[in-house]
Amino acid sequence: MNELLIKNAFVIDPINNITGEQMDLAVRDGRIVEDVGANAEVIDAGGCLTLPGGIDSHTHVCGTKVNFGRYMSPEDMRAGREARRGVKHATSGYSVPTTYANSYRYAIMGYTTLLEGAMAPLEARHTHEEFSATPLQDMMANTLFDGNWGVMEAIRDGDTERAAAIVGWTISAVKGFGIKITNPGGTEAWGWGKDVTCIRDPVPYFEVTPAEIIETLIRSCEMLRLPHSVHLHCNNLGKPGNYGCTMETFNLVPDLNDKRQTLYATHVQFHSYGGSGWKDFCSKAEPVAGLVNNRPQIVIDMGQVMFGKTTTMTADGPMEFNLYRLHHNKWSNHDVELETGSGIIPVLYRRKNLVNSIMWAIGLELALLVENPWQCMLTTDNPNGAPFVKYPEIIALLMSKKYRDAEFATVHPETGSRTVLPSLERELDWNEIAVMTRAGQAKALGITDIGKGHLGLGAEADIAVYPLKVGEIDPAKEYEQVIEGFSKAKWTIKRGRPMARDGEILVHGENTTIWADPVIRPDRDIAQDPDFCEMFNHWYSVRMSNYPVQDEYLQRNLRMQSEADL
Amino acid sequence: MIHRDMVCPFCGCLCDDLVVETEDGQVVQVDNACTLGSNKMMGAWQHRLKSPVMRDGGGWRDTTYEEACEYAAGVLLDADRPLMYGWSSTQGEAQGIGVSMAELLGGVIDSTTSVCHGPSILAIQEVGHPGCTLGQVKNRADLVIYWACNPTEAHPRHMSRYTTYADGFFMENAFRDRKLIVVDVRKSDTASIADEFMQVKPGGDYAVLSALRAIVRGRADVVPKTVAGVTKEQLVRVAALCKEARFGALFFGVGLTMAPGKYKNVRNAIELVDELNRHTKWTLTPLRGHYNVYGSNEVFTWMTGYPYAVDFSRQIAFYNPGETTAVDILARQECDACLIVASDPGAHFPKQCLEHLAEIPTVLIDPMQTATTPLCRCQIPTAVTGMDASGTAYRMDGVPIHLKKFLDLGYPTDTEIIGRIFKQVKEVKHP
Ligand code: SF4
Repeated sequence: MNELLIKNAFVIDPINNITGEQMDLAVRDGRIVEDVGANAEVIDAGGCLTLPGGIDSHTHVCGTKVNFGRYMSPEDMRAGREARRGVKHATSGYSVPTTYANSYRYAIMGYTTLLEGAMAPLEARHTHEEFSATPLQDMMANTLFDGNWGVMEAIRDGDTERAAAIVGWTISAVKGFGIKITNPGGTEAWGWGKDVTCIRDPVPYFEVTPAEIIETLIRSCEMLRLPHSVHLHCNNLGKPGNYGCTMETFNLVPDLNDKRQTLYATHVQFHSYGGSGWKDFCSKAEPVAGLVNNRPQIVIDMGQVMFGKTTTMTADGPMEFNLYRLHHNKWSNHDVELETGSGIIPVLYRRKNLVNSIMWAIGLELALLVENPWQCMLTTDNPNGAPFVKYPEIIALLMSKKYRDAEFATVHPETGSRTVLPSLERELDWNEIAVMTRAGQAKALGITDIGKGHLGLGAEADIAVYPLKVGEIDPAKEYEQVIEGFSKAKWTIKRGRPMARDGEILVHGENTTIWADPVIRPDRDIAQDPDFCEMFNHWYSVRMSNYPVQDEYLQRNLRMQSEADL
Repeated sequence: MIHRDMVCPFCGCLCDDLVVETEDGQVVQVDNACTLGSNKMMGAWQHRLKSPVMRDGGGWRDTTYEEACEYAAGVLLDADRPLMYGWSSTQGEAQGIGVSMAELLGGVIDSTTSVCHGPSILAIQEVGHPGCTLGQVKNRADLVIYWACNPTEAHPRHMSRYTTYADGFFMENAFRDRKLIVVDVRKSDTASIADEFMQVKPGGDYAVLSALRAIVRGRADVVPKTVAGVTKEQLVRVAALCKEARFGALFFGVGLTMAPGKYKNVRNAIELVDELNRHTKWTLTPLRGHYNVYGSNEVFTWMTGYPYAVDFSRQIAFYNPGETTAVDILARQECDACLIVASDPGAHFPKQCLEHLAEIPTVLIDPMQTATTPLCRCQIPTAVTGMDASGTAYRMDGVPIHLKKFLDLGYPTDTEIIGRIFKQVKEVKHP
C-alpha cells in the first residue's frame, strides 16, 4: 500500500466545482481517497495552487514525423542539450526534443497526460515505441483518417456503417485513441501534388468531398462510441481568407453527444485568417469565435503562435510545401500510402513580421473571445505555433491585459489595424486557466470517467502543485510570477508518486498508453470482409496480418472499450 | 510447419510476405524471397557459432554466456573511450539498450550508417527530404529513376514489390505505363532493362544533377553540349520526362553517397526533386542496405537527437560525423575497447582501423563467424531476428515492421545479451 498526503493544498478542480479551497488531498495506490493512515508520506503544499495534472490535448511528441523533425535538425538538437544526471537521461532538442526531453519538460511544468495529435496507422508501431521512451506521462494517439482509401470508397458508396467498421477496426488494430482528420481529402490529392481548396472540392479519383469525409467520420465516431470526438485540422490551413472555409466546416457539425462536443477543431488560430492575400492579411478571430459561442457542440484549441524559432510538422503535406515556398528553408515530406501525408519545415516567427504578429494576436483573441473556457483549450499545436515550454507565457498573456499591452508594443506596428486584440479587456482567472489546461481537455477527450483531469474521490492522483499563492499575487500585474510559477511546478505527482520537484526529475517512470477499442458485431468485422482484405493485401506494401500493432508494443496500458452501435 | 507472412531480415526492403516451411527445427523451404533472402533463411541455422568463444593464447576456447557477458561488461567498464558500433542487422529493442549503455558509460555509439548513407543524412540535415512510403510509389509512380544503384543485385525484390514490376492502383498496365530511367557509371543489370540509361563518367553525378536542375528551371541555355559524358540532348529528354510524369520517384544508392562529391551529390538530388515538385509530384528515397540500418537511425534519434555517431563522453549527446564516426575514432586509435553488434567491419573498414580493433579488447555479438571474428577477443552468438527471435525493424522508407520468430534454436536474443551486459555495467556504474 502506497499512501501520500498533500497537506495545505489550495485546490482548484473545475470538474468538481472547486474553485479555490484550502484542503488536504489523500492518495492511496495512485488514486484520490477519503483519507490515509498515519504512515503516509506527507507533502506540505504550503497553501500553493494545486491542480489536476496538466493535459495536452493536441501535441506532436512521438512518431514518424516528429522523429524526422529531429533527424533533419541537428541545429535544433544542439539548442536543447542537457547532461545525463541521476535518473535523468541526456537530452537534446528545443522545438523537437528527444522523447526524454519532452517528457521531463512537460513533467517540470506539471503535465501528466499527452495526446499525440497525428499517427498514421501504417506507422503506428513507431509512435508506440516512442511512447515507451516517454516515461512520465500517460499517452494516447489520434489516428489519421483524412485520406483513407477504404473510408473514401465507403463514402462514395454511401455506406457509413462500412466506413465506421473500417475506422473501428483500424483504431483497435493500431491501438489508437481518436479519429484525426488532417486537411480531409487534401492529403490524398497531395499524392498527385495537388490540394483541395475547401470542403466542396472533390478528391481526385475518389470523387468524395472533404465535407462528406468530415460528416461521415463524425457519424462513424458516434456509432463507435469513442471516448473522444472527431479531431479536425480543417482544410486550407495558413491561407489568407481561410476563415470562411473554417466557418463553413463548423456549420456542418451536428450536436450528437450529450457528454462532450461532437467536433474538436484543432489549432484554430491557423484557420481564422482574413484577407485575399498576404498584403491585406488580417484577423478573423471575431466571427470564428462568435460561431463557436453559438455552437456548444464544438471545442477548439488555440494553436497559439509565439515568437522565436520552431519546427512546423503536420500530416498536411501540401500546406508544408506551400510554407516551404514561402520560407525557402529545408523541407521534408512523407506521404503514407492509402492513408495520409506529412511535412516538416523549420520556421522563425518574428515580431518584426506583420503576418507573424497578426498570427500571434489571433490565437490570443480566440481564447479571449470564446466565452466558455470549456470550449477553448490552451495549446500551441506543439511545436507548430511554438514549443510547449511557452505555455506559461501564454497563460500570463491571457491573465494580464497589462502584459498583452506590453508585448503588443513590441510587435509590428501595423498589427493594431488588422486585429482587435488591443481592445479586449478580458483577463482570465485561475479557474479558467485550470479549465483550459486540464479539466477541459479531460472532458473533451472523454477521459474524466477514467479519473483524468480532476481530483475527486477515485480520480487518478495526477497532481501539480505550483509555487503560486493565489490570494497573494495579482496575475494581472505580477505576470512575471505567473510565468515563473507555471514553468516550474513545486511538485508534479503522477499516479501518487512524486516525479518532479522544483525543476528536478525524481524518477524514471512508466507511462500508461490509453487506447480505444470499439467492439463491433462479428458480422460487421471488416477484417473478415473479403473485399477489404483483398484491397488491403493488393495495394498496401505490407501484408494485412503484419499491420496491427502487437500487444508487446504496449507496456502498461489502459484499454477503453466501447460497445459500438454497429 | 508452414509460417506465412514472415519478414525477411536481409535488406532494407523488409519483404513481409515470405512463406517459410520448417521441419524438426530446420528450414526446408522458403517461398517469395529472393535468393539473398532465401539463402539467409535456408542457411543461417547451419552456420551458427555454437556457443560464445574467447581467445585462448593463439586459439579459441568455448565459454559460457555468463563468462562472455561478464568479460564484455568488464572491458567496457575498464575503457576510457569505449566504442559501440554496428547495429544495422539487429532488432530495435537491442539498439535502444545499446544507446542507454553508451550513455551511462560515456562512450560513443555509431551504426554502419557512417559508412553507407551517412552522407545522405548530412544532405537531409541541410535541405530536408521529400519522401514517401514505398506503397505510394507502387500505386502512383509512372516514372522511376534508380541513380547509382543496382537493385537487381542489392535489393532484388525492390522492383517487383515497389516499382517496375509491381501493380499500381492508378495504372491500367503498370509494367507498360511506368517508365524506368537508370543513371550509373556502368551498364548494370538494372540499366539493361531501362527505358533510358544515362551513363555518367565516374565522379560526374554532381554535374549531371546540376544540369538537370538548370534545365528543369528553364535554363537549358547554360548547359554545355555534354556533361560528364552525358549529351545535352539526353539531359533535355530526361528532364522533360521528369516534368511530364504524374508521379516520379528517385531512388539512389551508395554509388552516389560514396562517389566524389559525397553528400553534395545527395543534396543536389534532393534539390532537383524539390524543383520538380513545383511542376508535378516527386519523391526521393535512399536505398538502405541492411534490414534495420534505418531503425538504428530512428532509435538513436528519438533517444539522443542524432541518427548516428553519438558521443556521450561529456555526458551530453554530441554529434560530429567525421570526428565521432567509428572509422575516424579507430583511425585515430582513440578508443580503447570496442563492442561490435550485428555488423562486419572486418570486411569493410580500412586496414588501419582493423589493426586498431585487433589491438584493443573487441567483443563481437553476431550469430555467425565473420571477417570480424579474427579481430576479436570474444564473440557471443545470438538468435537471428526474423528467424529465431522477434523484434522491430524500420524499412528503408521508415515503415516499422515487426519481425516474427518461427524457429527456436535456444540462442538468446541480442536484446537479452546486451541487456545482461548492461545490467552488469549498471551494477558498477550506478545511473
Ligand atoms: S529483397 Fe531484400 S528483404 Fe526482400 S527477400 Fe530479398 S533480401 Fe529479403
